[in-house]
Amino acid sequence: MSGSESSGTGNAPTARRHTAPTRPRRRGAAPYARRTATRAGQYTALLAYLVFLAFPFLWLLSTAFKPPRELGSLHPTWIPEAPTLENFRQAFAQQPLPAAAANSLLAAAVSALIAIVLATPMAYVLARYRTRLSRAATGWVVISQAFPLVLVIIPLFLILKGLHLVDSRIGLILVYVVWSLPFALWMLTGYVRAVPPELEEAAAVDGAGRLRTLVSVTAPLLAPGIVATALFAFITAWNEFFFALVLLKSPGKQTLPVVLTHFLGTEGVADLGPLAAAALLATLPSLLLFAVIQRRITGGMLAGAVKN
Amino acid sequence: MSLATAPRRSGPAAADPAARTRRDHGAWFLVLPALIPILLLSVGPLLYGIGLAFTDAQSGRTQATRAVGLLNFSDLFHDTLFWDSFRIGLVWAFGVTVPQFFLALGLALLLHLPLRLRWLARALAIVPWAMPEVVVGIMWRLVYHPDAGILNETLRGLGLSGAADGPDWLSGLATALPAVIVVGIWAGMPQTTVTLLAGLQHVPRELHEAAAMDGAGAWRRFRTVTWPALRPIALSVTALNFIWNFNSFALVFVLTDGGPGGRTRLPMLFAYEEAFRYGQFGYAATMGLAMVAVISVLLALYLAGRLKGDDDR
Repeated sequence: MSGSESSGTGNAPTARRHTAPTRPRRRGAAPYARRTATRAGQYTALLAYLVFLAFPFLWLLSTAFKPPRELGSLHPTWIPEAPTLENFRQAFAQQPLPAAAANSLLAAAVSALIAIVLATPMAYVLARYRTRLSRAATGWVVISQAFPLVLVIIPLFLILKGLHLVDSRIGLILVYVVWSLPFALWMLTGYVRAVPPELEEAAAVDGAGRLRTLVSVTAPLLAPGIVATALFAFITAWNEFFFALVLLKSPGKQTLPVVLTHFLGTEGVADLGPLAAAALLATLPSLLLFAVIQRRITGGMLAGAVKN
Repeated sequence: MSLATAPRRSGPAAADPAARTRRDHGAWFLVLPALIPILLLSVGPLLYGIGLAFTDAQSGRTQATRAVGLLNFSDLFHDTLFWDSFRIGLVWAFGVTVPQFFLALGLALLLHLPLRLRWLARALAIVPWAMPEVVVGIMWRLVYHPDAGILNETLRGLGLSGAADGPDWLSGLATALPAVIVVGIWAGMPQTTVTLLAGLQHVPRELHEAAAMDGAGAWRRFRTVTWPALRPIALSVTALNFIWNFNSFALVFVLTDGGPGGRTRLPMLFAYEEAFRYGQFGYAATMGLAMVAVISVLLALYLAGRLKGDDDR
C-alpha cells in the first residue's frame, strides 16, 4: 500500500501544476450559494449518520448508570439524574461474571496464540509460492466462510463428543483455532505480500540461510501484522457466541457472551440496569483492543483485495 | 474478496521451475502445522456433515445411525415451517445487505470529503464492529424496550405515539422482522463503510480532477470515475455480507429468539433448534445443505453477472 501512496505523491505535483491556472476560474463559475448549500447538506447527512451510529451505545451507557427508580420512570431520560454504580454490583451478584471473563480470556488468548503459530508459516508459503496447494487453500478460505455454522458444528459436536471434549475448555479452544485460521491466513498472507521479496533475495545473496532470512529479515517486518492478526483473532473469539452456546453446558465453564444471555428472558424493568452494566463491561476489552488495531485490520483485510 | 486477487501475478518463484520445486519441499514443512488441523477439524467435519444429511443421526440414541438416502431431503421439501423460515432468512439477508451497502456507500463518500467531525465518525464506526453480537442484541433490546426504551420515549416526545403504551417492537407480529433488520444494518454498516472508504482512497485523484475540468458534475464523476474503480470491492463486499447475513445467528437469537410466532426465525435458528433442542442431527444437516445450495446458486448468478459486466467494459 505504501508503494501506491508514494507513486501517488510522485504524480500529484505535476498534475496540480497543470490544473492550477484553470482551477480558480472553474471554482468561480460554480455559484457560491449552491456550494454552501451542498456543504450544508453534506454536514446534515454526516450528523444523521453520527446520531444513528452513536445513539444505541449512548443509551446502553445511560441505562447502565441509572438507579431502578429512573429505569421504571414513565419518561426515561438520556442522562441519569442520580448516576449510580449499583447496577454493576447487582450484575456481579446475579451472575458469575469474573469466572466467565476468565473463561473467555483463556479461550480467546490460547486460541489466538495457537492460530497465529500455525497460520504464519502457511501464510508465508501462500504469499510467496504459487502452487496448487495455495490455490486450494485460498479456495478453502472462501468456502469455509460460505458454509452455515450449523453444518460445521453438528459434525464437530459429534467428533468432540467421541473425544470427551464436549463441555470442555479444550474442545472450545480447538474449535476457535480452526475457526480463526481462515481469516488469520487471509490477513497474514496480505501482510507477507507487503514485505518485498527483494529484501529476502538480498539476504540470500549475502549468504544468509533460509531460516536466518526468515527470522532476521522477514519476521521483524511482519511483526506488526502478526500482532494485529493475533489481536483480531482474540477479539473474534472473545465475542464469539454460537460455538460456546452449543459446546459448553456447565455454568462454571461458560464464556461471557453466553453468561450475558442468562440476564435475558424474564427481565422486568428493574433488571435492565444490571443487564446493561454487564453488557458494557463485556464490551470494553474488545473496544479497547479494536481501537488499537483498527487501521491495521482494514489494511490487512484489503491487502488481498486491492493489491495488483 | 479473494476473487479480486485471483489473477495474481506470477512471482519470481514461479519463473524458475527448478527453483520452485526445490523450495516446495521446504514449503511443505511450513504448511503442515496449519494444514493438519484444517483437514482434521474443518474439511473433514464438513464432509462428515454433508454425509450426515443422508442419515437419521439423532442425539442420545442407542441404536446405530442408519443411512436413509434422500429421506431427509424429501421430508425437508414438504416441511413448510422450514421454508417459511427460509423465506424469512432471504428477506432478512436482502433487507440487511442492500440498505447496508447504500448507507455504507453514502457514509464512505462523506468521509472521503474534507469535512470536520470525520474523526468522530471513524471512531464511532469502531463501536458496532468491535462489539460482541450478544451485546449489540442486548443494547437494541434496551432501545426497543416498550416502557423503558428510548425509541418509544422519542416517539412520544415527537407526538408520534400515544401517551402511555408504545408499541412493543420486538414482540409485534408486524414490527419484529423490520426491527431486527434495522439492528442487522446497524451492526454491519461500519465494516462495509471502512472497506468502501479504503477502496475510495485507491481511486486515482488525477482522474477526478481531469473529469471535473471537462465539466463533469458530481454524479457523472461518480458514475464514470469512482464507481468503475470501486465496483470490484463493492461486489465482493455485498457478496460476503449476504452470506454472513444469511448465516447469522447470535443477533436475532438475543433479540427475539425467533419470535413472535416464528416471524424472525432465521434458518440458522431453525436448524439450531432442530439439532440441539430436538436432537435431529441428520435432519438439521440437511437444512444446512439446503442453505448452502441456495446461497451457492444466488452467488453464482451474482458473480456471473459481475464477470459479464467486466467484459462489457
